[in-house]
Amino acid sequence: MLSKRIIPCLDVRDGKLTKGIKFKGNVDIGDPVDMAEFYYREGADELVFYDITASHEARDIMLEVVRRVAERIFIPFSVGGGLRTVEDMRAVLMAGAEKVSVNSSAVTNPQIIADGSRQFGAQCVVLGMDVLKVPVSEKIPSGYEMVIHGGRKHMGIDALWWAQEAERLGAGEICLNSIDADGTQQGYEMDLTALISSHVSIPVIASGGAGEPQHLADVLTGGKADAALIASMTHYGHYSVADIKDYLSERGIKVRKYW
Amino acid sequence: MIAIIDYDAGNLTSVERALRSLGADCAISRDPEFIAQAARVILPGVGRAGAGMASLRRLGLDRVLADTVAQGKPFLGICFGTQIIFDYSEEDLTDCLGLMPGKVVRFPVEHRDQAGEPLKVPHMGWNGVDWKINHPVFADIPDEAEFYFVHSYYLQPASEDSVVGTTDYGFPFVSAVAKGSLVAVQFHPEKSGRPGLKLLENFLAWDGKEGGDAL
Repeated sequence: MLSKRIIPCLDVRDGKLTKGIKFKGNVDIGDPVDMAEFYYREGADELVFYDITASHEARDIMLEVVRRVAERIFIPFSVGGGLRTVEDMRAVLMAGAEKVSVNSSAVTNPQIIADGSRQFGAQCVVLGMDVLKVPVSEKIPSGYEMVIHGGRKHMGIDALWWAQEAERLGAGEICLNSIDADGTQQGYEMDLTALISSHVSIPVIASGGAGEPQHLADVLTGGKADAALIASMTHYGHYSVADIKDYLSERGIKVRKYW
Repeated sequence: MIAIIDYDAGNLTSVERALRSLGADCAISRDPEFIAQAARVILPGVGRAGAGMASLRRLGLDRVLADTVAQGKPFLGICFGTQIIFDYSEEDLTDCLGLMPGKVVRFPVEHRDQAGEPLKVPHMGWNGVDWKINHPVFADIPDEAEFYFVHSYYLQPASEDSVVGTTDYGFPFVSAVAKGSLVAVQFHPEKSGRPGLKLLENFLAWDGKEGGDAL
């Protein structure tokens, strides 16, 4: 049986982690490559790097990070943030990432999903979705709207429609981030995750709101998610990946236990 | 020297990096002469059957790979590189290399597990392998080890004799096969952490002699 994946997310700016990270066991790590290796050895099933570098010139720094990560870890990892063209995607994949993630660039230019999928295969193309709960309307029948720029700009696009459209265009996976839940550590947006996951046939990674292992158990069962993104709950030493996997395993959720 | 076959099927550098981490001398190549000289050959890949076979034929590699197997040189297929060694694939209705008898078929569109819950296609993520025989390439890999899979099509070997392992996704499908000097896996050992690296290390040390007894 397929295991549910636990995926730590690392934010990188100018080649460095955006925040100092203190793992359980008081291991301080500031270099994203060291941190990736730490999570690899800890049993993470996959990693997500999100590049929040503002300037396009600094992109080469991220590519160097990707190359160094690819030499040290032997599990899949994806890279997202600021990828606007197929050439941007190609550079990241050639540097050694398994997958690329497109988010706001895909909302404004859906063709990038189709082009990337055709060039590199659907399994390489992850659609990142930032979603906000809104009143149900004719335009937003699901009550979930696509937003960009961290939720500051509403796009007038229904999230469920967009997920299905992206699948049709060739996205291989969806990383579904609830802006409402993000940063709260109060749990994932269950209704949103279950809604999207049950209406697409590609895997859905739940994102936003994880604070304790119970939240992962919830979203991987009732939320119908195939994988769960985590950040602060392991970055700041509250839990290790192994702690979370033990918890899930004890509750009958299949996770990878040998690494 | 190990030749990693380049046939525009992507995903070659991760195989190269994994082999390098094991200290192996390897090179990505599409040169028939170089590949013919190599001591071992790996056919990796992420791609589509139609385009993959067209590339192999255009580059003249279909014959080189057949010779490799005929000579008894150790040969490893990975993921799409495994599917394409069979006779035929339902993907793009493609005649493939025919190095392993059997065909490749798609998971059902409305795929469900035994309890009736819908299963996503592609089969993407970590899953275990139920090993059927002992084989030197799969030695010292614990039963609880899992491997990273990404695929929508699966193997249907003509003979049970070639099946090394199966994996459960709604039903057991064949995830590892072996015949003579040829071994092939549906998962990605280069992205499967320690057990995957162990498999590659075993392949590097293997003399190509047929393995093992039934478990």
